[in-house]
Amino acid sequence: MSQQQLTNVDFEPLHIDHAESEKIVGKSTSYWKDAWRRFRKNKLALTGIVVLLFLGFMAAFGADISGENFRDNDLMSTNQAPSSDHWFGTDNLGRDIFARTWDGARISLFIGLTAAFLDLIIGIIWGAISGYFGGKVDEYMMRIADILSSLPYLLVVILLMVVMGQGIWTMIIAMVITGWINMARIVRGQVMQLRSEEYVLASKSLGAGNSRLLFKHLVPNTLGPILVTLTLTVPNAIFTEAFLSFLGLGVPMPDSSWGVMTSEALGSFQYFPYQLFFPAFFICLTMLAFNVIGDGLRDALDPKDRK
Amino acid sequence: MAKYVMKRIAYILVSLLLIITATFFLMQAAPGSPFASERKMTPAMEAQMEEAYGLNDPIHEQYVDYLVNAITFDFGPSFKYVGQDVMDIILRSFPYSLVIGLEAVFIAIGLGVLLGVFAALKHNKFGDYSAMIIAVLGISVPSFIMATILQYILAIKFDIFSVARMESFADTILPALALATTPLAFIARLMRSSMLDVLNSDYIKTAKSKGMSQRIVTYKHGLRNALLPVISYMGPLVAGILTGSFVIEKIFGIPGLGSEFVTSITNRDYTVIMGTTVFYSVILLFCVLIVDLIYGIVDPRIKLDSKGGGK
Repeated sequence: MSQQQLTNVDFEPLHIDHAESEKIVGKSTSYWKDAWRRFRKNKLALTGIVVLLFLGFMAAFGADISGENFRDNDLMSTNQAPSSDHWFGTDNLGRDIFARTWDGARISLFIGLTAAFLDLIIGIIWGAISGYFGGKVDEYMMRIADILSSLPYLLVVILLMVVMGQGIWTMIIAMVITGWINMARIVRGQVMQLRSEEYVLASKSLGAGNSRLLFKHLVPNTLGPILVTLTLTVPNAIFTEAFLSFLGLGVPMPDSSWGVMTSEALGSFQYFPYQLFFPAFFICLTMLAFNVIGDGLRDALDPKDRK
Repeated sequence: MAKYVMKRIAYILVSLLLIITATFFLMQAAPGSPFASERKMTPAMEAQMEEAYGLNDPIHEQYVDYLVNAITFDFGPSFKYVGQDVMDIILRSFPYSLVIGLEAVFIAIGLGVLLGVFAALKHNKFGDYSAMIIAVLGISVPSFIMATILQYILAIKFDIFSVARMESFADTILPALALATTPLAFIARLMRSSMLDVLNSDYIKTAKSKGMSQRIVTYKHGLRNALLPVISYMGPLVAGILTGSFVIEKIFGIPGLGSEFVTSITNRDYTVIMGTTVFYSVILLFCVLIVDLIYGIVDPRIKLDSKGGGK
């Protein structure tokens, strides 16, 4: 029976180094890393990103793949069903639907992204000024926004399109004139709320300067909702484009857009449903992808709403 | 309360004044003449026409005339259809739109609430996921595409409904369904999240621990309170259904106000465009007011007279 030898040293209290115990061992997780970790788990949103990348790629190069042109018509082969010659078939003027679909994708995505981007800029400026100054300035600025938004968005856009005439840029302008309000409201709400948050006060009392307050605390917390709104603005703009083109107020001839193609195909869709199918399918797919990504971002960026 | 309503009505009148002014001057600035047609008119005839429609008066006089007449809902004669007043056209076509619109509102609220409650009760289970996938699909499929899908499947392939006709009640079902798709999906999502919030709140736990049955807790205590956000969604819902009717009525060949509006745009029939816009705005602004009033009655925590709660 061996007995362990104990000495007095073994009964000495361990030395605790306070500096050592306070050391942070794990890698610090930033807001965005944390969000990305949560976003990655969302399979649906990841699929949405893959779909969008594919659509973006096809919008850029798709029209050249088939070797057909979106505006060349071949009156000897009109209304042809999808085949090895024309992958998505041809329309009533013998134009290749595959080429037109991707040319339309280019225009639809361009309109959607540009309109959303302009909304973002105006919305942030308007909302930040309104929320930051508060009081009378805020009151007047928001009253203007209220009146503008008391009319249905589409009605205003239609009226503006009537006045300004058809065209891609007029459509974007018409959308932005009424579209920024949503973004401005969200930015204003965020700025107003964050201004009086306790952690801002805490940080201020710890001696944080204005720039640290802004870039370390205010901006990252506003960016989340802004990003979500931005992702959800794009499908809205794409929908509006399709809606206007469908009414004959959108993209002028001979450019194609998904809305134009849907509208043209509608007259004969009982006989040639594939002409309607492709543009309609891609409108839905794009909107779905953006919506799913937006939802995923909202779940990932808003820690309060965790499941 | 009365003071609040008066104040709101005053705001509505100011908004309407701005809307009328804006549409009036927008239409003045719009290119193209309503009298431009294939048959060229002689300058003398054109001058006579402009005289007859009062287009020769100075702009400010036209504007004041228009404002004064608009108060009595007299939007003048149509430029394109001789002998028809704008108000005649509106009154003739609006009932069709009203029937389909109301039907769509009921479908959207009924099915949307049902779907949302179902998803909330099956939270994080298969039922929840499938209900929310339906909702995301509903938001992503534009109404005019939904309309053609419904037409193709139900009217052409299965021949259950007529493709485009407006005679009996059955003919209104497809357009109403197509109109209701997007708001239905929105309401379902809204309902799900608010139901989840409510079901996790303390008074539900109290009710459960008092020994009340699951059904009463869910439907009497839960559902009633969870419905509040849906009521506040009524404004956007009405707006969405109004604008949705532009394409839906075109697709289904319904002689409603939406298709009149679209036709007037292609015809450049300015008085009809202006009249319809003002008419839509009146409907919408008063709907929003009514919704706010109902909201105040249903939820006494909201004080209508105070300005937007504490800051």
